Amino acid sequence: MTQPILKGRNLTKRYGKVTALDNCDFELMPGEILAVIGDNGAGKSTLIKALSGAVIPDAGTVELDGKPVKFQSPIDAREAGIETVYQTLAMSPALSIADNMFMGREIRQKGLMGQLFKRLDKKEMERIAREKLNDLGLMTIQNINQAVETLSGGQRQGVAVARAAAFGSKVIILDEPTAALGVKESRKVLELIQDVKSRGIPIILISHNMPHVFELADRIHVHRLGKRLCVVDPKKYSMSDAVAFMTGAKEPTQAEAEAVAV
Amino acid sequence: MSNSDNYEAAASGASTEVASFADTKKGFVGQFQHALHVNPAIVPLIVLVAAIIIFGLLLGSRFFSPFALTLILQQVQIVGVLAAAQALIILTAGIDLSVGALAVLCTVVMGQFTFRYGLPAPVAVAAGLAVGTAIGAVNGWLVSRMKLPPFIVTLGMWQIVLAANYLYSNNETIRSQDIEAEAAFLQFLGTKINISGAIFTLGVVLMIGLVFGLAYALRSTAWGRHVYAVGDDPEAAELAGVNVHKTLMSVYMLVGFICGLAAWVMIGRYGSVSPSATTGVIGNIQSITAVVIGGISLFGGRGSIIGAFFGALIVGVFELGLRMAGADPQWTYLLIGVLIIAAVTVDQWIRKVTA
Repeated sequence: MTQPILKGRNLTKRYGKVTALDNCDFELMPGEILAVIGDNGAGKSTLIKALSGAVIPDAGTVELDGKPVKFQSPIDAREAGIETVYQTLAMSPALSIADNMFMGREIRQKGLMGQLFKRLDKKEMERIAREKLNDLGLMTIQNINQAVETLSGGQRQGVAVARAAAFGSKVIILDEPTAALGVKESRKVLELIQDVKSRGIPIILISHNMPHVFELADRIHVHRLGKRLCVVDPKKYSMSDAVAFMTGAKEPTQAEAEAVAV
Repeated sequence: MSNSDNYEAAASGASTEVASFADTKKGFVGQFQHALHVNPAIVPLIVLVAAIIIFGLLLGSRFFSPFALTLILQQVQIVGVLAAAQALIILTAGIDLSVGALAVLCTVVMGQFTFRYGLPAPVAVAAGLAVGTAIGAVNGWLVSRMKLPPFIVTLGMWQIVLAANYLYSNNETIRSQDIEAEAAFLQFLGTKINISGAIFTLGVVLMIGLVFGLAYALRSTAWGRHVYAVGDDPEAAELAGVNVHKTLMSVYMLVGFICGLAAWVMIGRYGSVSPSATTGVIGNIQSITAVVIGGISLFGGRGSIIGAFFGALIVGVFELGLRMAGADPQWTYLLIGVLIIAAVTVDQWIRKVTA
């Protein structure tokens, strides 16, 4: 049996009296798209942040590739190969596409200029940025040096996904990637996600959009009241079942809850 | 997807043409706005050149001489160095009210270490730079770790530093002749270089070198990109992998160090060391004025340090030009006030490029 690439056990996180994560378990299998759904306030964001290093859980363990990891910051998680596309996209609007793609991992020039004067290799970064956007069919963007704030919502999302795809070696986490987008732009981003999956990188997808979730996901993690309620197979359950589980209108049967174990 | 309505199919008949960016509506004004958005130092450069031309026409060769034009550089060297420091802080969406007072304290440290403790002048200069850097570090720590607003931190630090400066020096001035006789190194940056009537001091050379060095660092190093990213949106920068704390600390410490340099420039310019130098009280406002006129956004993340340098020069040109023209000095302040408001208006207009 294959081992999960990313595994959380008994994750707990409290904010004062509010328990955002209550002994939550989590598994992501290699090469799959795992959707995480849940009502507002169910603790989806906290779960994702605990996995991506943005939140340090009070208790519980995270394992990446079978090895326990303790991320202190998103930078740690990134270095371990986990890239996250946040709902806010985490981009600096006034800086260029290339600057944003390489934020925090800039490439320096070789030789004296790079070592002594720490000069950035802008040409190389622009080349790679253009190549990555090309790979994902995002060349409607004409100028790699244009400021991110001059891009449309879909293009920004595309750049953020391209950034994650370019550097995420183990896991990519997408938080509400289509929430702010129109129908056509969403389609483009969904294709991007399929494209990234086809390269064998597993994806965690957080979304409220059931059609998108059911179209993309291999498995669906239903989050309720700070823990995993069940994991369902989108081929065997309907959208209404999933909504019923996540809102509490329907309780999973014992067998369904146990189907959690992969 | 079995039971869901295939609503996306409805969009398949739509035009597949990608958004093409036709520049039809733009015209000259739009292109100008775009150029400013890309390169915000253009506005102060235009103002600077226009001011020099206007005063040149009005005053003739009296103003338009190598001597007068380089005199402007000498007169703005202290404000210019402080403006470079202020620009860094403002790029991170902060503000530093303590720069002028800190510079004065550093002059006092340099003077007292030489004359009270008998240390060699270079050691005293190094001590002054170290004190500046250390106080910058305290500011940075309070802003970055304690999450206090930069305005409040530096408002407090301004008073603390100014008072410490009087207490430590016993409000005693060290006379120019004494420094010249016993510790000429303190006045090193006052050394004049005469190139056929154009007079540059080493302080001016330092100011220009500093501005261009910082411009390079901001544009072409990872550190510089991080400064802009932190000023733009600190949360986004943190999530994107920038160490925001480290970036802020480096900026505030560097600013403290530059205030130390400004102190050394001050001793070169005035000759003496005086704890009641006006820079301690108005240096902060002068530097903020230069930065704002230079087109750096007070909201952070936008603008260039070259612009701040132009801003300082604009103020210098107005001061000297109006004085030569025999105008009441109040006109200078009035015009600078107009320039500040105009500069911020232009900044807002440039930002609309995104909308």
